[in-house]
Amino acid sequence: MVPRQRLQQRNNILDIFLQQLINGLVLGSVYALIALGYTMVYGILELINFAHGEVVMIGAMVTLAVVNMLLASGVDIPGIMIVAAGLLVAISVCMALGFAIERIAYRPLRKAPRLAPLITAIGVSIVLQNVAMIIWGRSYISFPPILPMTRHEIGGAGITDLQIFIFLLALVLMAGLVMLINKTRIGRAMRATAQAPEIAGLMGVNVNAVISFTFILGSALAAIAGLMVSAYYGIAHYYMGFLLGLKAFTAAVLGGIGNIAGAMLGGLLLGVIESMAAGYIGDLTGGFLGSHYQDVFAFFVLIGVLVFRPSGLLGERVAERA
Amino acid sequence: MPNNWRRFTSDRRAAYVAFVLLGLLLAAAPFLVGASLGNGWVRILDFVLLYIMLALGLNIVVGYAGLLDLGYVAFYAVGAYLYALLASPHFGLHLPVWLILPLGALVAGLFGMTLGAPTLRLRGDYLAIVTLGFGEIIRIFLNNLNAPVNLTNGPQGISMIDPLGAGGVSLSQSFELFGVQVPGIYAIYYLFLALALLIVFISLRLQDSRIGRAWVAIREDEVAAEAMGINTRNVKLLAFAMGASFGGISGGLFAGFQGFVSPESFHLMESIMILCMVVLGGMGHIPGVILGAILLTVLPEALRYIGPLEEALFGRVVVDPADLRMLIFGLALIVVMIFRPAGLWPSKTRQREFSSEAEVLEHEQDALYDAQR
Repeated sequence: MVPRQRLQQRNNILDIFLQQLINGLVLGSVYALIALGYTMVYGILELINFAHGEVVMIGAMVTLAVVNMLLASGVDIPGIMIVAAGLLVAISVCMALGFAIERIAYRPLRKAPRLAPLITAIGVSIVLQNVAMIIWGRSYISFPPILPMTRHEIGGAGITDLQIFIFLLALVLMAGLVMLINKTRIGRAMRATAQAPEIAGLMGVNVNAVISFTFILGSALAAIAGLMVSAYYGIAHYYMGFLLGLKAFTAAVLGGIGNIAGAMLGGLLLGVIESMAAGYIGDLTGGFLGSHYQDVFAFFVLIGVLVFRPSGLLGERVAERA
Repeated sequence: MPNNWRRFTSDRRAAYVAFVLLGLLLAAAPFLVGASLGNGWVRILDFVLLYIMLALGLNIVVGYAGLLDLGYVAFYAVGAYLYALLASPHFGLHLPVWLILPLGALVAGLFGMTLGAPTLRLRGDYLAIVTLGFGEIIRIFLNNLNAPVNLTNGPQGISMIDPLGAGGVSLSQSFELFGVQVPGIYAIYYLFLALALLIVFISLRLQDSRIGRAWVAIREDEVAAEAMGINTRNVKLLAFAMGASFGGISGGLFAGFQGFVSPESFHLMESIMILCMVVLGGMGHIPGVILGAILLTVLPEALRYIGPLEEALFGRVVVDPADLRMLIFGLALIVVMIFRPAGLWPSKTRQREFSSEAEVLEHEQDALYDAQR
């Protein structure tokens, strides 16, 4: 009796492993998309854009609003098209929002002490949250079941169409972003501005335009991430941006803030760590700690990494100023 | 010479008069507020003092030493839960208040060192996220440590905490003093006022001390400070410990005042709020930080009157005032920072750093002119 039971248990543990790996990678790819927004802005302005999480939230809310409106109007188009229409509107709204945030809250403070823009960022974040609350109310908004959710079995673990789609889209977007930054003219301008804004300006780069572009780009990614999160969990809420932003920022720091590849690595890693923790933490500690400690686990990993690599996993060692 | 002397005495006298007036105002404040706005506002006044203590504690870490701490509320939580565990029916312990408060400062200080030790090598924003993580870790543990051993009673929190008081007099309800009924919140005000003044005093003395100057040196340039022979490790740890112990005391006071603690009170937003007080008021400048704490505690409360205001203006409530309240608060943060990037009331040296070069030149020329004369 005993060995068989143990065998079954081991099978279970492996099943859980694969399932949590899949969940973690999907979730992590969303974190990575958001983390890219943080890291691009940080790379250029050395500013924690605290309001970025709220842009994700606005993206999710606008998508849902448009989707629900189209559904209510009774137009006869496939679900994916409806969602795509919602996403297009959300992307435009978020781009405008990102541009406005930088223009209003950060640009006037570019020469101010370092903590001043942090406070305006917090202010923007509070404002956006409350605007969303006034427009869409305090309750959870559920995502209508119009997306294909077929479940596929892979070695005892399940993965849905939606999960595959999220993961692939995130990968494509990240690949596109890397191409943009490394191969295009504006990408080169972004890299130059990140290295030395003043010199880049002297070389003919329009630094203000580059900064605006960075915010717009990050916000577009945030809108897509917002749709992904709300579709994945099936709900959206005016407060969702806070925790998401926090997680994504953690991911960006984990990978080495300011580093594009680091944000992607950090995002995927954080997603996997979290879902592994959710799956195993109870077993590992003999039931002493439950799965609600998954966030603690993520932060412990972060602190552990930073103790040994103070600039994150892929971050360069920055020489202290002389 | 006589001219100078007269200026000196009149300045002294003016300062003295101002000092006495301020003292009278502080002493009369709860009665003035209570009579004009009601006892609810006296309670808010108590919270203002509590937040002043917290903000001054964080000011040591952020304002003096320049270490961005986004998890300060963790120490507040440590102090509050220590008080709650040692003086409530939860464990059946009822230790005297005046033992717990210093103990809370000590334990919170130790937590500060624990946080500080592994983070010494981290620079600015990395430090911010680690402290933020630390704050969340403490909160999540408080939220979940009700099983398997019920240590913190989880999300329900701990209630029926022994009130603040001394010699059998509890400050949770009104008591008689020289034949006059004194409501508890008034007595709490004077207690908090005394402690806040003590913390102001300590902050002032620290500022000009050897340690305080070492902190500012580290803030301005860590490498240079080290080259000047400052033991940056110890001095930074001391900043963490000092700031944390102020937070611990405030936490204990909060628990005793409120009679109830739960993890909800120690959310990340609270840390951010305290940081806003410090930065908005004027980092590293004690009067500025006090001003920031007063404004940011009073503003959200004052904005509760929006509902009636809307009714008066539009004849009906257009937007739920509870929603509008925080919106205006956020807008206020943005507007203030844009127009006063160094804070509402920055110290003179910082103000000079951020004033335009022409102004500085003018000042210097004035000084030169004075010297020549």
